[in-house]
Amino acid sequence: MSAPARARSAKRADRPERDAVGRSNISDTDRRRPVVRVSLLLGQVVVLLGLVVAGLGPLVWLALAAVSPTQDLIREPFAFFSSGVVQWENIGIAWERGRIGHYLWNTAVLALGATVATLVVSTSAAFVITVLRPRWGRLFSAAILATLFVPGIVALVPLYLTVRELPVVGISLLNTPWAVWLPAAATAFNVLILARFLESIPADLYDAARIDGAGALRILWSIVLPLSRPILGVVGLLAVVASWKDYLWPLLVLPDPDLQPVSVALPRLAAQTELSVQMAALFLSLIIPVALFLVFQRQFLRGASMAGGVKG
Amino acid sequence: MFQTIKRPQPGPSSATRTPAATRRWRRARPGLVALGIALPAILVYLYFSWGPILSSLVMSVQDITPGQTSTWVGMENFSYVLSDPNLPQATLNTLLYTGLAILFGFPVPLALAVFISELRGHRWYFSALAYLPVMVPPVVAILLWKFFYEPSEDGVFNAVLGVVGIGPVPWLTAPTLAMPSIVLETTWAGAGTAVIIYIAALSSIPAELYEAAELDGAGIWSRVWHVALPQMRGIIGTMLLLQVIGTMQIFTEPFLFTGGGPLGATRTLLMTIYDYAFVRVDYGAATALSVLLAAVLAVFALVYARLTRRWSAS
Repeated sequence: MSAPARARSAKRADRPERDAVGRSNISDTDRRRPVVRVSLLLGQVVVLLGLVVAGLGPLVWLALAAVSPTQDLIREPFAFFSSGVVQWENIGIAWERGRIGHYLWNTAVLALGATVATLVVSTSAAFVITVLRPRWGRLFSAAILATLFVPGIVALVPLYLTVRELPVVGISLLNTPWAVWLPAAATAFNVLILARFLESIPADLYDAARIDGAGALRILWSIVLPLSRPILGVVGLLAVVASWKDYLWPLLVLPDPDLQPVSVALPRLAAQTELSVQMAALFLSLIIPVALFLVFQRQFLRGASMAGGVKG
Repeated sequence: MFQTIKRPQPGPSSATRTPAATRRWRRARPGLVALGIALPAILVYLYFSWGPILSSLVMSVQDITPGQTSTWVGMENFSYVLSDPNLPQATLNTLLYTGLAILFGFPVPLALAVFISELRGHRWYFSALAYLPVMVPPVVAILLWKFFYEPSEDGVFNAVLGVVGIGPVPWLTAPTLAMPSIVLETTWAGAGTAVIIYIAALSSIPAELYEAAELDGAGIWSRVWHVALPQMRGIIGTMLLLQVIGTMQIFTEPFLFTGGGPLGATRTLLMTIYDYAFVRVDYGAATALSVLLAAVLAVFALVYARLTRRWSAS
């Protein structure tokens, strides 16, 4: 084990540029010291174990609990299937009688609509602010960014009243998906991320397009959107997850149980059904977000670190 | 990706034509096209952001009864809210939550990120595992943990602690333990994001700094302490402030875990606002308390804005 390691570090020394990339608090010289190497390895094992127990443990427990009889879970929560019964029907009962499938569908519709609304509103705002730059653009961008500093709580009640009866037009959005879609689009943070990205596109590209006679919409469609596809993906993922996780807002604006997302339906379901079915329902609600993460890991982690980069 | 895009070949006269063309293009469409493109955003922000923010200020000085015209009541809502006998406890509970959330949730992700950054391989597994709980929808996590917190000996956590002879711990059912139990869950659910952000910040520290410190004879710990952490002070400060602002608005977890109990020990300010607005239907009181809380948080937000400007300038 130590010979290849030494060979690797020797190789690294040959290529200084490679070394610079991996540079951190513990240097290569340190890494050759046995004390450091052993404690690093030990730390690695301990941290990995901790992360597996904390990160994966509850999810694995839930997966097993989803197909366990209620009595087993209550009597001995860690001795799975102590009665020798695997209750596969929990899943079916949660899906059929608990209507988890229906609520998951609602959740997906709400999340996708919120994402589309977010992308349309944020992209067009960022495009106007950074590319078209009209005279009122500075005021517009200041007004959007100012909302970053207003805590969300201040608007909760008026926002609810707005949705209940839209001023001027007088339409009520209560019990319609628009009540979730439209307010989600007013997230200044997304405008900030997109505007920063659009600013980094060389202005020559826009100028060249203008000289060629392209209008604003053409520039948006043919230059901005194709170039910003990766960032749009990240913003879209953040929007999907934010909507998927939301609880209080859909609880307020979707009082009709038929329209509610799974997050709002679950607490009600939990109060009415037996434990085994409850766990199956929780498990079913967990599968999609976790699967999304496994597929789009890179984008998620990038989105999370970008959130820090922009906020910093 | 944008760096790989080839710049358009500048023609011989493009240097002189570009600004003129831009000017002509702008003059020909005096912001009308821009206005058209911005219109959806303007409407959405007007209705769902700017409008509600402004009307909360108005509503806080009004008596609002649904179905009747609102009347001006001056500071009455504020004095009513401030003299509510439940307010001191709700405020203390919220501060306790924020304090505990920072105590638990601040050092752990930082230490984890510093450690993961030292790894030369498998870094990805560590990051992904740390981030996994973030993907669990809060309501699912809360209902699951609520079962874990079962106070009897056979509760999931108590069964584990029972192995080492501790417990049974009453968790959510004891007034003194309910809030720490909630914080434990929210820390589990939220730490992953902070870990990823810190790892990104650590990876952007210039290698020369470490090399210089090593040449000066600094050990590993003193490099962490004198190079890595000072280099991250900007992001650490930011995260701290954002955490304060976020945790002061805690609602879902106490609402679903305990409903504010036992004996009001987990009743937060946001639950009080919810109660005013949607249980007692006193919109004036609800917005008055919202405005008060927002004013306090806005101070933090402004501090944050000034600090980030200074840090990004330096």
